[in-house]
Amino acid sequence: MIRFLTKMVAGAALVAMAAGGAALAQPAKPECLAGAKPGGGFDLTCRLAANALLVTKQISQPMAVTYMEGGVGAVAYNHVIAKRPKDGNLITAASSGSALLIAQGKFGQYDENAVRWLGALGADYGVLVVNADSPYKTLKDLVDAYKADPSSFAIAGGGAVGSQDWMKASLLAKAAGQEPKQMHYAALEGGGAVLTALEGGHVQVGSGDAAEMVKHHVAGKIRILAVMAPQRLTGALADVPTAHEQGFDIDWPIWRGYYVGKDVSDADFDWWVKAFEAASKTPEFAKEREERGLFEFTMVGKPFEERVKADVVRFKQLAKEAGM
Amino acid sequence: MNLDYLWHGFAVALTGQNLLVGLIGCFIGTLVGALPAIGPINGIALLLPIAYTMGLPAESTMILLSAIYCGAEYGGRISSILLNVPGDAGAVMTALDGYPMARQGRAGEALTLSGISSFVGGILGSIGLALFAPVLARLAIGFGPAEYFVLMVFAFATLGSMVGSQPVKTLIGCTLGLMLATVGLDATSGAYRFTFNQPELGDGIEFVVLVIGLFSISEALVILEHQGRGFTVIRELGRMTVRAADVARCTGTMLRSSVIGFVVGVLPGTGASVSSAIAYTTEKRLSDTEDTFGKGDVRGLAAPEAANNATACGAFVPMLTLGIPGSGTTAVMLGALMLYNIQPGPMLLTERPEIVGGLVASLFIGNFLLLLLNLPLVNIFARVLTVPNWLLVPGILVLSIVGVYSTHASVFAIFLMLGIGMAGWLLRKAGFDMAPIILGFVLGHVMEINLRNALAISGGELSILFSSAICIVLWFMAAAVAVLPTMLSWRSRRLKVARTAGMPAIDG
Repeated sequence: MIRFLTKMVAGAALVAMAAGGAALAQPAKPECLAGAKPGGGFDLTCRLAANALLVTKQISQPMAVTYMEGGVGAVAYNHVIAKRPKDGNLITAASSGSALLIAQGKFGQYDENAVRWLGALGADYGVLVVNADSPYKTLKDLVDAYKADPSSFAIAGGGAVGSQDWMKASLLAKAAGQEPKQMHYAALEGGGAVLTALEGGHVQVGSGDAAEMVKHHVAGKIRILAVMAPQRLTGALADVPTAHEQGFDIDWPIWRGYYVGKDVSDADFDWWVKAFEAASKTPEFAKEREERGLFEFTMVGKPFEERVKADVVRFKQLAKEAGM
Repeated sequence: MNLDYLWHGFAVALTGQNLLVGLIGCFIGTLVGALPAIGPINGIALLLPIAYTMGLPAESTMILLSAIYCGAEYGGRISSILLNVPGDAGAVMTALDGYPMARQGRAGEALTLSGISSFVGGILGSIGLALFAPVLARLAIGFGPAEYFVLMVFAFATLGSMVGSQPVKTLIGCTLGLMLATVGLDATSGAYRFTFNQPELGDGIEFVVLVIGLFSISEALVILEHQGRGFTVIRELGRMTVRAADVARCTGTMLRSSVIGFVVGVLPGTGASVSSAIAYTTEKRLSDTEDTFGKGDVRGLAAPEAANNATACGAFVPMLTLGIPGSGTTAVMLGALMLYNIQPGPMLLTERPEIVGGLVASLFIGNFLLLLLNLPLVNIFARVLTVPNWLLVPGILVLSIVGVYSTHASVFAIFLMLGIGMAGWLLRKAGFDMAPIILGFVLGHVMEINLRNALAISGGELSILFSSAICIVLWFMAAAVAVLPTMLSWRSRRLKVARTAGMPAIDG
C-alpha cells in the first residue's frame, strides 16, 4: 500500500516535472506545504508566499496551501525528503524554529543538508513581556530583580524546554548570571496561553514573539520590556527599546522562510529565487507582509542557505551552554 | 450592562445577505460535523479563503464561520447516534446513550431529542455570551495551571460514576487512556516519549485517530462479526418525534449541562470533548438512580449535546473579549479577522461593535435555523439505518479512512487508526467500554501538562495547588462529587429498609 502510494506520488511528481521542465518556466501547480494545522505560523508563512507571488503576478494561478501536521514541521520535513525530493512545484514553510529542532536532532535522522533552503520573506523578533501592573519598567529592572531572587520568578513561554521561547528566557537567566536549568519555566500551549497566564498573575514574565504580543501591548494589558532585534522595530513597537540599547547582548530573530527538495533541478530552484526576489521588491509585497505582522527580512538563495547553516551551528552551541 | 451592540448586531445579522450566508454556514457545518474526522476546524479552514476571495465583508465572514462552528456541533450527533461513529470530538459521549437508543428502534426519537438539546445548549450559551462575556473573561484569566489541574481532579471525581458494574475494567480502560495520552512530545521537557523514532508520532496520538479507531473501525468489525454469525439487526426507525414526557425528564439535565458546557468553553484550555465528558459524568452522578445510563437513557443523550453546543458559544468569550482563542476553531477565526486587517483583542468590542454584535446575534439566529434545518431532516438521516450491512460497513470504513487521511495527509495515521480499531474490537469482545479510554486520554493529557506547569511555576511546592480561591472551591466540589452520591444512596437504602421493615418485601 505504502509502496503503491509512493509510486503514485513519484509518478505525479514526474508528470509535473515534465510539464514544467522548460528552463525557468513557472511551476505548473505551485504548492506550499505547511507542516502544521491551519491557522498556525507555517500556514501564515505559506499564505504570505501564495498571496505575494499572486498579487505581484509572479505566478498566474493561485498557489495551493496544503497541511501536514506533526512534530512542529518534522513530518513535513521527512515527507519532502523521502517522497517529494524532486518536486519543483513544491515549497515548504520553515522558520528559525525548524533550524533549532534540526540542531537538537528532533527532525529525525536528517540534518540541515537534506533539503535546499530557498529563502526567507519576513521575520518576527523575540520579546520579553511583563504584566502592565508589573513594577519592572526596563529590562535592567527585570534582570536585577531576577538576579536578587531567581526563585520568585515564574517565566512562561509557548514551547517546551529547549524551544525558542525557552531559549529566549534562558538568555534572560544568563544575563542575570543564573543557571538556565534552574528557571521556573512553564511550557504553555502557544502565545495566547502565555498572555492569559500573565494577565491572571500566574507567571511574572512571558517569553514570546513581537507579532502576537503587540496588540496586547498597545491595549495596555502587558508591557514589552525589550525586543530582541538588531534595531528598533517599526510601527506600534517603535518606542520599545531593543535589548542591545539596554546593554544586553540578546538577539532573537525568528525568520519565516521556505525550503524545497534536495533533488529539485537548478532551473526550478532559480525560478523560485528569481520570483521571490522580484516579488519582494514591490510595495504590494510589503503590504502583504505587514498584514501578517511580519517585519522586513528578505534573504533569498545562497545567503539564506548560509544563514540556516550558521543558525544550526549557533543553536547547537546555545543548547550546550544551556545544559540541554 | 450596555447591550446596544447586540441590537445593532441583530440589525446586521438580519440583512438578506447575512441570513443567506448564515443558512449556508449552518448547512455546511451540519455536513462537516456529521462526517467522521472532519470537524469544524477543517470546514472553516476550507471556506475561509473562498469567503475572502468572494469579497464578503468581515462581519459576513464571521457569521459564516460561526454558523459552520455551531452547525458542526449539531451535525456531530447524527453519526454518533446512528452508527456509533462520533462525527466530531464533542459527540463522543453522545454515542454512549444515543446508539443504544437507535438499536432499540428509537433512532428518530434520539435524533429529535438531541436536536432539541443542542438547541437549548446553543441558545443558553448565546445568552451567556451576550450577557456575561466581560465578567467571565475575568474568570477565565483566573485559571492558571494549578486551577486547571484541580478542575481535572474534579472531572476525574465525577468520572467515578462511570465505574458502574465492572469497576476493574473501567479503571483499566481509563489507565489505557492515560497511557496513550503520554505518547508524543513531552510539552514540558521537549523530549519525545514512546514515539519509536516515527516523526508521525511526534505530536502524540491524534484524538480524532483514536476516536475513529476505537469507535468506527471497531464498530464496523462488530457488525461484520455479527453478520458472519448470521445475526440480523432489526432496523426499526421508530417515531420521528419526541415524547413530551422525555423532554420534561431532560429539562434539568439540559439546563445543568448547558451551564457546565458554557463555563468549560470559556476556559481557554478545554473544549467540547472535555465539557461533554464532564456534563455526562456529572449527570450520571446526579440522576442515574436506576443504572440506565449507557443503555439508552434520554438524559445521557441530552447532557453531552446540550454541553457541546454551549461550549461552542463559550469559546467565543475569550476570543471576543481578550483576543485569545478558546479552541482550535476560534484560533482559525482569529486568523480570519487578521486577514481583514482587524486586530482581535481587548479593544474589539469598542472598535468594531458590528462584528462582535453581528456574531453574537448570528449565533441566536443560527440556532433557530439549525433547529428548523435539523428537525425535518431527522426522517432522512434516520434512513441511514435502513442501509444494508454490505453497503454500510464499507461505507463506514471509507468515510473513516478518507476523513483521517484528508485531515492528516498521512498513510501512517490510517494504519494507526486501523490498529487502534483492531485493539478496540478485541477490548470490546473482552467486555471493555470504550468511553473510559477516551476520558482517560482527554482528561489525562490536560491534567499532566497543568500539574507539571503548576509545579514548574512554584519550583516544586505543592502548596500552589491549594493557594487560590478557585482551587479551594474546586477541591471541595471534587470531594462533594466523590462522596455525596455514596452517602445519598446509603441514606436512601436505609430509608427504604426502614419503610419496608413493616411490610412484606417485594424487591430486594
